[in-house]
Amino acid sequence: MANLNLDDSVMTTRLDSVVNWARKNSLWPLPFGTACCAIEFMSMMASRYDFSRFGAEALRFSPRQSDMLLVLGTVTNKQAPVLRQIYAQMAEPKWVVAVGVCASSGGMYRTYATLQGIDRVVPVDVYVPGCPPRPETMIFGVMELQKKISRESLMGRKEHIERFYQSLARQEDLQKAKGLSSYQVVREMVLEAGHKGEQQIW
Amino acid sequence: MTSSPSPFLPVLLLFLIALGVGAAILVVSGRILPGLMKPDNPQRAKLTPYECGVPPLQEGARHRYSVKFYLVAMLFILFDVETAFLLPWAVQYKAHLWTFWAMLSFLATLLVGYVYAWGKGALDWER
Repeated sequence: MANLNLDDSVMTTRLDSVVNWARKNSLWPLPFGTACCAIEFMSMMASRYDFSRFGAEALRFSPRQSDMLLVLGTVTNKQAPVLRQIYAQMAEPKWVVAVGVCASSGGMYRTYATLQGIDRVVPVDVYVPGCPPRPETMIFGVMELQKKISRESLMGRKEHIERFYQSLARQEDLQKAKGLSSYQVVREMVLEAGHKGEQQIW
Repeated sequence: MTSSPSPFLPVLLLFLIALGVGAAILVVSGRILPGLMKPDNPQRAKLTPYECGVPPLQEGARHRYSVKFYLVAMLFILFDVETAFLLPWAVQYKAHLWTFWAMLSFLATLLVGYVYAWGKGALDWER
């Protein structure tokens, strides 16, 4: 009869790490492709780079079925409320990766028409530099996101998303009160946050 | 013989157990477990239809549209099939008199229908 050691046969862990282990290895990407980064993204999903190896097998084009928003390209001020709406419609828990310099900071488009980084309107988890980034860089970015997911707390993520819903409710209230279109309201909120020295409206 | 139970009683029991197990699986996996495990956070944005992030112009897909589209679709299919027949015929055409007249009779049949549709005013959008 072999010696039975309980430590060899039983593993103890926290609920957070078990759930996060499942979450980080079953990401469902949703591409928000607006520019050339989306072309690199096609290469990333295709057989040569095979993004499926990293647990993000199923690419979905509906926010109802996905939990990782990949913003691939330039986002203009008029697209900002569209991005916010799509992020709000995604299944929870959800993460955002800003791919390329345009999504991260506005990049070369330092103009009045371009949003200077999508982190002003939606909470971004990982920024991937490059113009456009190579598929390896994007994969590295998602691997960093997986590391981040494995470290975070479940309630922390929940509250993080809840704060965004509060800002969306404020956007809708302002829209009704002032009678403006959605992109005008988001623009006003971004400018207002800028005057206060904040970088984001959520 | 009248007092002993029917030999088919185990079959009935098996049937009832199968029904019970099936119902239990459906209830547990469809109602109880999702209620315990799934994140449930309904929001106004989530409950609105997905129109690529733009506010939807009409609620849902159950709105009515004109019957004129039906007529146009029918005529399109008819003459689309005509073209689909015409193309392989033209590629394989070897200048035999018989194939020429066969195709011409097919086209003549469709021409009658075309003239009829035109005469009935099916091609006029505004009437």
